Amino acid sequence: MPGLQPPPIEVDRLVKIYKTVVAVDGISFALKPGTVTGLLGGNGAGKTTTIATIMGLVLPTSGRVTVLGAEMPKERYRVLHRMNFESPYVEVPMRLTVRQNMKVFGMLYGVDNIRERTAELARQLDLTDLLDRPTGRLSAGQKTRVALAKALINDPDVLLLDEPTASLDPDTADWVRGHLERYCRDRHATVLLASHNMNEVERLCERVIIMKRGRIEDDDTPAKLLARYGRTTLEEVFLDVARGEGIHSEAAQ
Amino acid sequence: MTDRVASALPSPARSEGSSTRRIAAMMLRYWYLLRSSWPRLLDLVYWPTVQMVTWGFLQYYIANNAGFFARAGGTFIGAVLLWDILFRGQLGFSISFLEEMWSRNIGNLMMSPLRPGEFIIALMVMSVVRLSIGAVPVTFLAIAFFGFNLYGLGFALVAFFFNLMLTSWAIGIFVSGLILRNGMGAENLAWSIMFLFMPLTCVYYPVTTLPVWLQPVAWALPPTYVFEGMRALLVDKAFRPDLMLDALAINAALFAAGVFGFLKLLESARRHGSLMQTGE
Repeated sequence: MPGLQPPPIEVDRLVKIYKTVVAVDGISFALKPGTVTGLLGGNGAGKTTTIATIMGLVLPTSGRVTVLGAEMPKERYRVLHRMNFESPYVEVPMRLTVRQNMKVFGMLYGVDNIRERTAELARQLDLTDLLDRPTGRLSAGQKTRVALAKALINDPDVLLLDEPTASLDPDTADWVRGHLERYCRDRHATVLLASHNMNEVERLCERVIIMKRGRIEDDDTPAKLLARYGRTTLEEVFLDVARGEGIHSEAAQ
Repeated sequence: MTDRVASALPSPARSEGSSTRRIAAMMLRYWYLLRSSWPRLLDLVYWPTVQMVTWGFLQYYIANNAGFFARAGGTFIGAVLLWDILFRGQLGFSISFLEEMWSRNIGNLMMSPLRPGEFIIALMVMSVVRLSIGAVPVTFLAIAFFGFNLYGLGFALVAFFFNLMLTSWAIGIFVSGLILRNGMGAENLAWSIMFLFMPLTCVYYPVTTLPVWLQPVAWALPPTYVFEGMRALLVDKAFRPDLMLDALAINAALFAAGVFGFLKLLESARRHGSLMQTGE
């Protein structure tokens, strides 16, 4: 019964404290299957720690994170083969060719038809001519596309993206967004996207969670956030939240 | 850039995958890496050769000038080659691990279905591969230059090798945990920790050479038994299985402690967020 299925990602009163620094301060949210949710916030807001905790890379100080019904990080091996991620904090090995990297990660993620999957992803991400080149010799944009191919190698049900278009030119960034859009629609994948690019968030996300100093400051659809803050762009909303200027809309007040 | 339709994608057959396949994936990753860089390959052979030749000539000189060493033919070269198994075994393990840190790939691995145990097994196998590439040619050079045939030790060599590799893995595993927890600031440990054991494990001299109070420390280290066993074999022509069994027992405890330490340090790294701050 669909009603009994657990949310793809559920974060419940998550707290993460590094020594004396509170990185995440009691946040809770649950994502619906097949949705793209933006995680916004300034530097140090707690976005990356939240994503790393969801991936099981960081142990929570308290609270609970479940992914596809598995508690993280305790039960992570039940679901890691159905998840993937892209982050500027990690890189795809530079000395290996793109094809070699795809093979290694395909094997790690239990993908059976790695050759076909690599060829298909290469066609989709315009990497076919680059497959036999060392990853380290590619341009920043090409490396980002390789990282995205790695993130999609196992056709993940849950995809975590941390600044996926940060180093891309506007054309390539737009193209990558289009690809992600289609992937999520066609695969019914659940995506949590941390980004500073408000155009990207407006285009891809049906829900936006705004974090500040480890807490959730607001959480709604882009349209409702714009209406509530009386703004025309998410960038303006983001600035209002970041600068603590509050809600501008009279109706909301 | 052309636009393409994602729905054309066939769904990849996807499962949890097997443990063997994930270990094979990691070995393939390191093999690709070795293959892609001739300096890495050269480095595997360079130091063992230099060391063996240096000590070989020294042995050649004193063998012709001292009665005891004339009887103890091969102890220096044998010690050099066995020391290299210990040192290169640990270094082979640690360098494969460091490659992940240098390339900022450790996060990818820790967030993949690869289990820590599988990662450790892949690193252990790669340490043997790297050691074989570096040490096997040197053993043939020892035959060619100095007439010392390491393989002439027969079954004893198997016992020596197995015990030395167990020690090198135990230390490599623990050092990798320290690097995971403390970042690249702990990298130097990977290169230098084995030299701490060099005087204590009595590579080139008998345990009785050490001060009496230090001898129990030496006997707490498995390689000491191997080097004593080697001298017994080369000087007294006697294989000492008792020494090998003692070494094996201590090695079992050391290996278990290494794995336990690694898992604890990994957990600590997860708690402190160290896995997000790797790299050069």
